[in-house]
Amino acid sequence: MKEYRTVAQVAGPLVFVEKTEPVGYSELVNIVTADGTVKRGQVLDTSDEIVVVQVFETTAGIGRDSGIRFTGETIKMPVGKDMLGRILSGGGKPIDGGPEIVPEKRLEITGAAINPYARSSPEDFIQTGISTIDGTNTLVRGQKLPIFSASGLPHNDVALQIARQAKVPGSTEEFAVVFAAMGITREEANYFMADFEKTGALERSVVFLNLADDPAVERTITPRLALTTAEYLAFDLGYHVLVILTDMTNYCEALRQIGAAREEVPGRRGYPGYMYTDLASIYERAGIIKGVKGSVTQIPILTMPGDDITHPIPDLTGYITEGQIVVNRELHRKGIYPPINVLPSLSRLMNLGIGEGHTREDHKKVSDQLYAAYAEGNDLRGLVAIVGKDALSERDRMFLEFADLFEDRFVRQGLYEDRSIEETLDLGWELLSTLPEEQLVRIDRELIQKYHPKYRKKAQG
Amino acid sequence: MEKGKENRAQGVLKRISGPVVTAVGLDAHMYDVVKVGNEELMGEVIKIQGENIIIQVYEDTAGIRPGEPVGNTGLSLAVELGPGLLTSIYDGIQRPLEVLVDKMGNFIERGVSAPGLSHEKKWEFVPTVKQGDEVKAGDIIGTVQETNIVHKIMVPPRAKGGKIKKISGGSFTVDETVCVLEDGTEIAMLQRWPVRVPRPTKEKLNPDIPLITGQRILDGLFPIAKGGTAAIPGPFGSGKTVTQQQLAKWSDAEIVVYIGCGERGNEMTEVLTEFPELEDPKTGKPLMERTVLIANTSNMPVAAREASVYTGITIAEYFRDMGYDVSLMADSTSRWAEAMREISSRLEEMPGEEGYPAYLAARLSEFYERAGRVISLNGEGGSVSVIGAVSPPGGDFSEPVTQNTLRIVKVFWALDAKLSQRRHFPAINWLNSYSLYLDALNEWYDKEVSPEWNPLRAWAMGVLQKEAELQEIVQLVGSDALPDEEQVTIEVARMIREIFLQQNAYDAVDTFCPMSKQYDMMKAIKHYADLARTAQTGGATPQQVIGIRSKNELPQIKFIRDYEPELAKIMKDMEAEFDAMRAV
Ligand SMILES: Nc1ncnc2c1ncn2[C@@H]1O[C@H](COP(=O)(O)OP(=O)(O)OP(=O)(O)O)[C@@H](O)[C@H]1O
Ligand SMILES: [Mg+2]
Repeated sequence: MKEYRTVAQVAGPLVFVEKTEPVGYSELVNIVTADGTVKRGQVLDTSDEIVVVQVFETTAGIGRDSGIRFTGETIKMPVGKDMLGRILSGGGKPIDGGPEIVPEKRLEITGAAINPYARSSPEDFIQTGISTIDGTNTLVRGQKLPIFSASGLPHNDVALQIARQAKVPGSTEEFAVVFAAMGITREEANYFMADFEKTGALERSVVFLNLADDPAVERTITPRLALTTAEYLAFDLGYHVLVILTDMTNYCEALRQIGAAREEVPGRRGYPGYMYTDLASIYERAGIIKGVKGSVTQIPILTMPGDDITHPIPDLTGYITEGQIVVNRELHRKGIYPPINVLPSLSRLMNLGIGEGHTREDHKKVSDQLYAAYAEGNDLRGLVAIVGKDALSERDRMFLEFADLFEDRFVRQGLYEDRSIEETLDLGWELLSTLPEEQLVRIDRELIQKYHPKYRKKAQG
Repeated sequence: MEKGKENRAQGVLKRISGPVVTAVGLDAHMYDVVKVGNEELMGEVIKIQGENIIIQVYEDTAGIRPGEPVGNTGLSLAVELGPGLLTSIYDGIQRPLEVLVDKMGNFIERGVSAPGLSHEKKWEFVPTVKQGDEVKAGDIIGTVQETNIVHKIMVPPRAKGGKIKKISGGSFTVDETVCVLEDGTEIAMLQRWPVRVPRPTKEKLNPDIPLITGQRILDGLFPIAKGGTAAIPGPFGSGKTVTQQQLAKWSDAEIVVYIGCGERGNEMTEVLTEFPELEDPKTGKPLMERTVLIANTSNMPVAAREASVYTGITIAEYFRDMGYDVSLMADSTSRWAEAMREISSRLEEMPGEEGYPAYLAARLSEFYERAGRVISLNGEGGSVSVIGAVSPPGGDFSEPVTQNTLRIVKVFWALDAKLSQRRHFPAINWLNSYSLYLDALNEWYDKEVSPEWNPLRAWAMGVLQKEAELQEIVQLVGSDALPDEEQVTIEVARMIREIFLQQNAYDAVDTFCPMSKQYDMMKAIKHYADLARTAQTGGATPQQVIGIRSKNELPQIKFIRDYEPELAKIMKDMEAEFDAMRAV
């Protein structure tokens, strides 16, 4: 392989190389520094005159004396059956002291798009045991459902509880877990690892760790390595794979950094204009394929800068993913775990995975009614602050009380409390029964007569 | 163009930067389709700068090197039009996704071409003109029963026409000649049309018939006309896609073109699985039979995303020319605009507002201008209605795509995150939305629904407006402080919102509400309001009036298909309750 020593410029994570033979776009590049270290990079722009290389590690040590080797191929990830139970770096190298991965295949990490015609609609209800998810924002197999959080909130606990409890009722197949850390602290990473170890999940996991002190640019490939692995486990080996990506905010910061180094025209708040497309190339790698056994379900975690859901990172994510679970500071302050605010939360695939044959026939309507009642009660809190409780009508007071009850009973649950979907729905009915029956306008009469505690008691008694 | 000059000039690649590449040594014109690199990836010339020919490539360019060849086909980016379009699902450049699965498996690889229509399949062609007849461009010469839809075969719009020498019925592929003119011109069922050029029509008419959608807030308050334009902007998760899909399902168009432009793969799968099972309420036939899908999802190449909108509207115009009412949904036009922005920034063009190219507004208006109710070249009346979703960053409508769109379209359905968060669906804000077609459509509603309808709508809007004003007071002093009459107004407004405006897309009955039922529902609410007013004049308290029990049954009407007996019963009970109140 020819080695060039024609580095013209190094700027941030970018290396500009002159006078090369034709180099392919997106090609993998090895850069050999004076002390013999080999760093990896990728071609971002190629022409007769100059080739722009983005380096995945720190550019420290790279200079005009560095040797540049173009490998002639795009970045590939070696994958194999023995990956389960392994811990790899954010760049895909084993860091658990174990042997190299024996590759059965070498796969393109960018991953081609699933042909929409080949997709199969996700519809298998995943029971997480968390009422605010199962009852009101149901997760289904093959969905991409992020957790929108903010610094200092227990999103990791929520993610771990999901990973621990997730099951498809009636199915004995276990999930394999692919965990990709991007720029999180060692401490946070250890927290995940300890829980995986304790519950035995580690044996069916593949872990990629790019920690806070690892090169930022490497973060741009970590989720792609993880998803390539997940797709292999799912679509080649037939596993149902749960992918946890944390923290996507760090990933986006790395993107911004590269964009700035390339002197691109920045989009909103300095993030690249193509961030939507870039994020889509990650999040869209979830789903089910017709006639293929496995599935990829994604739970990306991101921290909203300044708790702002309109910030480009949560905003663009929400535009791509199939809903979002929003972790809320106010509920956290009230001491409620999991502090999931159902109002801005959403699962768009919920309707495919609930109802008769999936969960229970009343699921949709109960969920709608819980939302409507909670939203109304929550609004009234603002009013009470101004006019006082006494100025409220009888009806309003009931809704106000409902909102408190909802947070205290439905939202709040234990870190290890694993509620079945029946328990969740029955709890919903119990809370709804505190409201006058004629206020339950979202539910049809038949369902009320079948499930409302008042009639159920009558039927039993 | 149909058959351009065979310009086979070869050039070489000089630079590759993502989806934009530069070639030199190539003879090219703007928008020529070129084959890029050894793998012959499809691309289109988008800029000419001296020797440098700048090309956007419709497939992934990884691995392509400078020095590889570029060949010019001399043709513009065009779609194939003819029998076989219906029920198809295409990518942004009209490659059938079903064929791509056969050719390259479950994932979309590159370098595979596939024609938009099957060139092998035979269709039963039935002539509608005969030897000796004079035909001109656009005229219908025969039909093919494509699905339950009759596909009309037309003389291509740019053909000269003339006297028919030979025409015969029978089984033909789209390439085979079905008709020969005296001057030797051969006409096949297949037409090719460049996507960036609107198909010609004879005349544009003013829209004055509503596109009935079965969605109460749309038909009832903010209707779109057949041949009209509407925008539906909203933050993520507010209901753009669901609303568009509802329109694709239930609107009384004869043909539906649905463009998934840079959105989710699963949403297209949902349409593909659901539509064949749903019935058109008008014809009773599977909805898929009238539908063409274009799916260029967010992770498919951006250049093809840019093209997808043009591919879709060209197909829509083609069916319009046959005399059909076509509705086209584009979800989302913001992703299209972003594709323009991405390409533009790779071209290092001077950015306009928020990095969008300066020609953003022009492209948007050119696109929406292709909507309309027309008389086509052959004299048939048809229409293309265009409904574009807009995805403003952070849900902020002041951004360039929303603003430029609102300057063009006539209907604005403003989605509101506050409503969607409390699961008020469709989450269309009734105070901010508008339809500029109202006046033009009044007459239709008068005649086809009831002379009472227009006053009823005006009344409902008035109550909702009044509620908004009253709510401001309530926020300060609580609802008990309102005058008696206004307390009832608030209750009536709540009924309009919860009974009429809220509509559950996922309920088997409520998903589609015929215009007659919309009218009955609104009339029932108004009847309550009138009875309440009379009772109050007679001294009844707000609590008494609001406490009428039978009105609580009204929401149930939504979920009942044959609702008339139940509604009549509720109305009778309601009157009885009011009578009883007076008797006391
Ligand atoms: N008319 C409706 N009836 C019932 N539910 C609805 C309705 N409209 C929207 N929803 C609910 O809202 C969710 C989000 O709607 P939708 O996917 O259409 O949002 P969107 O505006 O297209 O978002 P994005 O911009 O992210 O694509 C749906 O999954 C559904 O649960
Ligand atoms: Mg959408």
